[in-house]
Amino acid sequence: MDLYPLYNSIRIAAISTVIIFFLGILAAYYIAKTPRLVKGVLDVILTLPLVLPPTVVGYLLLRVLGPRHVVGAWFLEHFNVRLTMTWWSAIFATTVVIFPLMYRTVRGAFEAFDENLAYAGKTLGLSNSYIFWNIRMPYCRQGVLAGTVLAFARALGEYGATSMIAGYTPGHTATISTTVYQLWRTNDDALAFKWVLINMAISFVVLLAVNLLEKNQKKSKAKAR
Amino acid sequence: MALKVDIKKDLGGFKLDVCFEAANETLALLGASGSGKSMTLKMIAGIEKPDSGVIELDGVTLFDSEKKINLTPQQRRVGMMFQNYALFENMTVSRNIMMGIRNRRDKAAVREELDAIMDCLNITELADRHPSRISGGQQQRVALARILVSHPNILMLDEPFSALDSHLRFQMEQVVEETIESFGKTVLWVSHNRDEVFRRAQRIAIMDRGHIDVIGTRQEVFDDPKTVNAALLTGCKNILPAEKVDDTHIRLTEHNLVIEAACVPDGVTHAGLRMNFIRPVEAGGAQTETNGFDCNVIGETKNPFSYVVDLALHAEEKKPFIMMEVKSEVWEKIRAGRLMVGIEPDHVLALQ
Repeated sequence: MDLYPLYNSIRIAAISTVIIFFLGILAAYYIAKTPRLVKGVLDVILTLPLVLPPTVVGYLLLRVLGPRHVVGAWFLEHFNVRLTMTWWSAIFATTVVIFPLMYRTVRGAFEAFDENLAYAGKTLGLSNSYIFWNIRMPYCRQGVLAGTVLAFARALGEYGATSMIAGYTPGHTATISTTVYQLWRTNDDALAFKWVLINMAISFVVLLAVNLLEKNQKKSKAKAR
Repeated sequence: MALKVDIKKDLGGFKLDVCFEAANETLALLGASGSGKSMTLKMIAGIEKPDSGVIELDGVTLFDSEKKINLTPQQRRVGMMFQNYALFENMTVSRNIMMGIRNRRDKAAVREELDAIMDCLNITELADRHPSRISGGQQQRVALARILVSHPNILMLDEPFSALDSHLRFQMEQVVEETIESFGKTVLWVSHNRDEVFRRAQRIAIMDRGHIDVIGTRQEVFDDPKTVNAALLTGCKNILPAEKVDDTHIRLTEHNLVIEAACVPDGVTHAGLRMNFIRPVEAGGAQTETNGFDCNVIGETKNPFSYVVDLALHAEEKKPFIMMEVKSEVWEKIRAGRLMVGIEPDHVLALQ
């Protein structure tokens, strides 16, 4: 059994999770500070990928990154790089799809944060970045972790947008989800089932982790009271 | 003056427009919740931005809308104690206090100062505990220590005792007062508790819907609140619609009674009669001539050491005309269905 799809899936999910970790936190932090109207509009736009069919996300991505479209053509011309149909093309897809998960979870955690703590830090002369990393983030740690794990789990299972932008090339762009589809299409039921089990095992572990985190969060909140 | 504030901000419901000065003294801002007290502190601290105006502290301009000066909270060197103390739960007590001196280089000196302040506020044995594991009074000591080690130029306390049980409150008031004395700079004290303010502040500013109504020494403000709001906040329970008759007489319009007062300015709308200044008088005594009321007792409420007696002019009235506070032992002796009460003209407050 060729384990490349497992390796590729984890690699894609890990990289996009790292990207989304920072993007999601930054977005949650700065959007919370914008005026209400701007916040409402940005919120809708940033959450859209969560509810759009993955194929629609894939289509939109192709319209931007495809070799005959704006960004894709520019990269092809200046760097001779195709942004689609490589293993890392899937990162674009997963990043866009999992962004709302991270953004929403972190924003929820930030909203529960007592802003007076940040104010107190400021009047004590602590820098804004010190306050962010040493006070705000520790307080919101569990929310941020839960968001990260959830985003990773979702990235691992991304199929629609990924298959459109990266396609299915065995040993190259194949991920677990695209492999399962391919195997089922070619009537290799036994192997498809093996990959299904692998995928379910990983998701199970990840969701268990999320649950444990949430339980801890509740416990520590109860303690604080 | 150490602190000069003249700021405006539109708060949606009302416009905050505050103007006052404070020397190296304890100035209390007394007001109902939502009157803009805390907002005023936050604007001085640089957490909220005024729409326009000037804030100066020890000759340094912290904010000036015309000169486009707006220092960050970090640059302002103001010490602010929040209502819930805002201690950092992810740090121990000693690390919390260290946050106030984090930016200094000399580690030995920092350690020394930390030990000194913890010793001074009696929290040395709490050093390694987390804030949620210590009592409210202890949390307040830690918050105070954390602010003091940052050597602020002003100390601002936002409802400092509202989260404390009443028995701890008095004790912590004393701790805070001692601290303030050794601090020796301007202290702004926001509160809605008139007792605490009367006990601890040198001057009092009464706030109402974003404005300072009355400002003066505590004696001035309590003796002559001048406005209905100030009278209410300083605990005056009997406030009756009234109008001026002449410079020493005021008419209670609802009951068409003319009573004598020490001084009645123009534009008086209400008369305030503090219930502890209303006293039962002997029939035929000196006060019955002018400020005596022949009243029916229509109800009484027992406090720990006193009674509040509801008095009406006519027996059939349900709503009390005035309320009188009498010591328990006095009332239990003279309790009657009908009696004469009086108030000295000096204690009749003419309010606008």
